[in-house]
Amino acid sequence: MKLTLDSRAMKDVYIETLIKLAEEDQRIVVLDADLMHSNSTIRFMETYPGRAINVGVQEANMIGTAAGLAATGKIPFTHTFSCFNTRRALDQIYMSVAYAKLNVKVVGTDPGITAAYNGGTHMPLEDMGVVRGIPTMTVIEPVDNVMMEALVKDIAYLDGPVYLRVNRKEPVQIYAPGTEFEIGKGKVLTEGDDLTLIASGIMVAESLKAAELLEQKGIRARVVNIFTVKPIDKELIVKCAQETGAIVTCENHNVINGLGSAVAEVLAENCPVPMERVGVQDLFGEVGSVDYLQKRFAMTAEDIAAKAEKCLARK
Amino acid sequence: MNQLQVADRERLEAFAREIRITTLKELGHLGFGHLGGAMSIVELLAVLYGEVMKIDPQNPQWEERDWLVLSKGHAGPALYATLALKGYFPMETLFTLNQGGTKLPSHADRNLTPGVDMTTGSLGQGFSTGLGVALGHRLDGRDNYVYIILGDGECQEGQIWEGVLFGGNAGLDNLVVFVDYNKQQLDGYIDEINPLGDLRAKWEQFGWHAQEVDGHDVAEIYAAIQAAKAAKGKSSVIILNTVKGKGCHFAEGVKLNHHMRFTQEQIAEAIERLEGGRQN
Repeated sequence: MKLTLDSRAMKDVYIETLIKLAEEDQRIVVLDADLMHSNSTIRFMETYPGRAINVGVQEANMIGTAAGLAATGKIPFTHTFSCFNTRRALDQIYMSVAYAKLNVKVVGTDPGITAAYNGGTHMPLEDMGVVRGIPTMTVIEPVDNVMMEALVKDIAYLDGPVYLRVNRKEPVQIYAPGTEFEIGKGKVLTEGDDLTLIASGIMVAESLKAAELLEQKGIRARVVNIFTVKPIDKELIVKCAQETGAIVTCENHNVINGLGSAVAEVLAENCPVPMERVGVQDLFGEVGSVDYLQKRFAMTAEDIAAKAEKCLARK
Repeated sequence: MNQLQVADRERLEAFAREIRITTLKELGHLGFGHLGGAMSIVELLAVLYGEVMKIDPQNPQWEERDWLVLSKGHAGPALYATLALKGYFPMETLFTLNQGGTKLPSHADRNLTPGVDMTTGSLGQGFSTGLGVALGHRLDGRDNYVYIILGDGECQEGQIWEGVLFGGNAGLDNLVVFVDYNKQQLDGYIDEINPLGDLRAKWEQFGWHAQEVDGHDVAEIYAAIQAAKAAKGKSSVIILNTVKGKGCHFAEGVKLNHHMRFTQEQIAEAIERLEGGRQN
C-alpha cells in the first residue's frame, strides 16, 4: 500500500464540512476560545457571523455557554486545543454537558505528539482517557479527510455529547473517497492471521507501514482502525483476538487509559490473548517535530513491528 | 408598573412565608441539609414565581417560558418547595428529598425535576450555562427571560469572572443575574476567608447594569427587576443583601449554617414562630 500525505489540512476539511452542514441546519453554532485562526473556525465565523462565538481565553465558560445553547435546542461545537479542553474544563464537560444530558460536541485539536512545537505543556496524552470515563460520552478520532468529511454530519446528529479528537494538519490518506463509516464500528484495513495491529489517529499509517515490515519477515499482520474509542467495537476486537491470537495497540496517547486500555478491557473480559501497547509509556510530552517525537516515544513503524514480534513470541 | 401595589406586596410576603415554611418541612423531614442558603433566597423565589416569571406549571417545558438557573444548586430544596407550591408536582414529593430514586436530588437537576431548567451543583457552572441559554434565545429572536441565581461564595470561582466579562460584553438584556450576598460560605464568613470587596462596583466595571437591594424585601426586589429589564442593551445583575438562614431562628446568625443537622422539635418551633407572624 502506497501511503501519501493529503494536500488538505484536516482542520480545513472539518470546518468546510461543518459550514456546509450549517447551511441547511440553523441549529449548528460554533464556539472557540481564542484559537479561531489555529482551528480554522474563523472561516465559520466569516460565513455565519451570527452563529459563531469567540469567548476569548476562557475554556470553562465556553463549555458552559455551549451547554446553555444546547438547552435551547442548538447543536454547539466547541473548539480549543485538546490540552485546554479535557484538563482545564473537565468538570464543565462532565457536569454542564454530559451529566446534564446536553448535546455539545467538544472538539479538541492537536492531540498527543501532533502538538509538536507547542511542546510538553500543550501535549495532551491523557485526553481520551479522561473523557472515556464520562458516561454517555462518545470519543472519536478521525484518521483522514475522507473519514472526517463522512463523520461530521453523523457527529452533529448523534444525540449526545461527543469528544472529537482532531489532528489539525495534513493527514496521511488512508481511505478511498466514498468510503462509508459507522460510529462505533472499526475498519479492517489489511487482512492477516498472525496478529492484529489495532490503531487510531496518526498511528494508523505507522501500523500499515509496520505490517509491511512484518510481511518481509513472513508475519501476516491484520491492521484495524478503531476510530471510535468509545463505544468501542467489542465485536471486532474479540473476532480479531479469536482469529489472530495476538493484539498490538498503537495510539498517539498515553498507553494508560486510551485505546490500549480500552482494548485490554475488552480482551480481559472476553478473550484474553497476548497483547502489547505502543504509545507514550506514561511520560510527559516534549517539544520537537512529530518525526522526532515519534522516535523519542517509540511510536514508529519499526517500534510497532518490534512490539509485534515480542507479542507473537508470547503466543 | 415599577412598584408593587400594597395587595401584591402582601401576597408575595405571604407566598415567601409559605415557601419558607414548606422548605423547613421538606428539610425537617430529612433532618439535615443546606438550610442557610435555601432560606436566604426565599423572597427572591417568591417574587420570581409569584409575580415576574412567565411559566406554566402544567407544561414545564413550555417554549415561551422564562428560565431559572439556580447556579447555587445546593439551594435546590427552596426551589423545590416553590415549584410544589406552584403545582409543578405534588406536595408529598417534597418528602422524598435526597431519597434513592427521588425526583428531588440535593442539587438541582434539569432531567429529574419538573420545572428545573438547568443542572447545577458544581459552583460557577450554572452561570455560564445561563448565559448560553440567554444567547440561544437571542439567537432565535425569542423574548424568554433568563434568571440566574448565584451564591456569594460561588463568586470566588474563576468561572464566574469569565462569565462576568463575557456576559458584560455580550449585552444580554434578556437576562437578570442575582447574587445572594448573605456574607457566609460553608467554612464561615466570606470576609474572613476570601472577601469579595465591592461587588457592585466590580460588576459595573465589567459592563453590567448593577443594583444592590435588600434581598428580603419583595418590593425592592420587584422594583430592581423592572429597572433591570428597562436597561436595554445591557446585561443586569442585582446584588441581594441577605441573611443566611433568614427566618429560621436556630440558623440565623449561626456561623456554620451552610449545611446543618436539626431536630423535629427545632423545625416545629421554627414553623410555629413563622406561622405566628414572627420574622424568625
